[in-house]
Amino acid sequence: MSDSLQRTPLYDLNLELGAKMVPFAGFEMPIQFPAGLMAEHLHTREKAGLFDVSHMGQIRIAAKSGDVKDAAAALETLVPADYVGLAAGRQRYGLLTNDEGGILDDLMVANMGHDLLVVVNAGCKVQDADRIEKALSDRCVVTRQFDRGLMALQGPAAEAALAPLCPAVKDMRFMDVIETELAGVKVTVSRSGYTGEDGFEIGCAGADSEKVARAILGQPDVLPIGLGARDSLRLEAGLCLYGNDIDVTTTPVEASLGWAIQKARREGGSREGGYPGAEVVLKQTRDGVERKRVGLLAEGRAPVRAGAKLFADAEGQKEIGVVTSGAFGPSVKAPVAMGYVASDHAAVDTPVFAELRGRYVPLHVRAMPFVAPGFKR
Amino acid sequence: MTTYYTKSHEWIRVDGDQATVGITAHASEELGELVFVEAKDEGTEVAAGDAAAVVESVKAASDIYAPVAGTLAGFNDALSDDPTLVGKDPEGEGWIFRMTVANPDDLKGLLTAEQYKSL
Repeated sequence: MSDSLQRTPLYDLNLELGAKMVPFAGFEMPIQFPAGLMAEHLHTREKAGLFDVSHMGQIRIAAKSGDVKDAAAALETLVPADYVGLAAGRQRYGLLTNDEGGILDDLMVANMGHDLLVVVNAGCKVQDADRIEKALSDRCVVTRQFDRGLMALQGPAAEAALAPLCPAVKDMRFMDVIETELAGVKVTVSRSGYTGEDGFEIGCAGADSEKVARAILGQPDVLPIGLGARDSLRLEAGLCLYGNDIDVTTTPVEASLGWAIQKARREGGSREGGYPGAEVVLKQTRDGVERKRVGLLAEGRAPVRAGAKLFADAEGQKEIGVVTSGAFGPSVKAPVAMGYVASDHAAVDTPVFAELRGRYVPLHVRAMPFVAPGFKR
Repeated sequence: MTTYYTKSHEWIRVDGDQATVGITAHASEELGELVFVEAKDEGTEVAAGDAAAVVESVKAASDIYAPVAGTLAGFNDALSDDPTLVGKDPEGEGWIFRMTVANPDDLKGLLTAEQYKSL
């Protein structure tokens, strides 16, 4: 594999566990382990799976004033979410937008009490950190923690597996974040993830990552899971993959992510707008959009993949959109997809047709997620 | 009956001008568990190297190529109900399509079992 690829702190452990490694976002990452993608997916839905997600970027933002609310207010100039109203110990999803309202990245932001912990996508992390630093450096200290480890433990058995190592996790609910110790290591733990299941994301110093991972893998019902299953799990959960389902050409409204803009930032809210592209997003929220991201479920067994054109009719006469993610859903036991369709074809149960090897296969617009969420509210 | 192999990991078992085609155990392992298999319609004429069938894992679709020129002569319908048969028995019950070979001399250009193994 190319020398230019970076390695995560869990690289050696991944190899020891039999991972098949592939290049992903500039890193050598495990696509699957010996159990295989299908078994790994189902194991995560039934028990618990541990994912190496250390390629993602961790960034801390501290206000020079010392008040975390000042850091939150500063970040709100880049992200259309309510972070001033985010309580200490809580985490919230958000989007970095550009001046056209396009999405530069999606991210998770946690109020750690004294500062903010931001987790961004691997492929965008340098550009994100540059943007945040440039916009916030007069008011905040922005620290890149790209050498830290990050792992996700996901699935209904996640709490039972983690609690013996870290009893505090039992008291956490969905989107809580704490700083604690796990196997004698200082960690950040959030009760969140990217699979639609209950679970945790655990951040720690790079040098401690293997110790933490081995402790978790030593618990009953935990298997290592690769990026392949991570993709089919997130797709069944209706969650966007940056670069596929959202990018600079899609706005939060088109992406059906309006829920990531809380009341305070909407029209008439106490801190309406005030982020890049706000005029575009506010106008689209008011007047509607021409296309929307929707879930799609196929009638047959043939998977419909990213890039497939979507039509209103079985003859391929009227093109109405495109698939942005598609795979066979191992838990749904049918092909699942998401994509953008013209807004007048976006209502749930609308039939659409995807071009597949010269024919047009029937699908229906369906509500997402495709699987019932397992979150502990 | 003789079995030949291709560099693109198909096998073709030939009896006169009638042949059965599938993917090798090695290819099956690389692909992982299959979720969907389909072949082009019976009667389709194919040149050597034409995509004659497609196998899909959770993650990706892969074309299966006709090892030699000929006419497709039927699909393994058992795979419609259970595509995992390919993984369970890739060079037996997991065969993918049958074909009539246009020119049996073309088979000489394919690999023997030993040649394939040493790839």
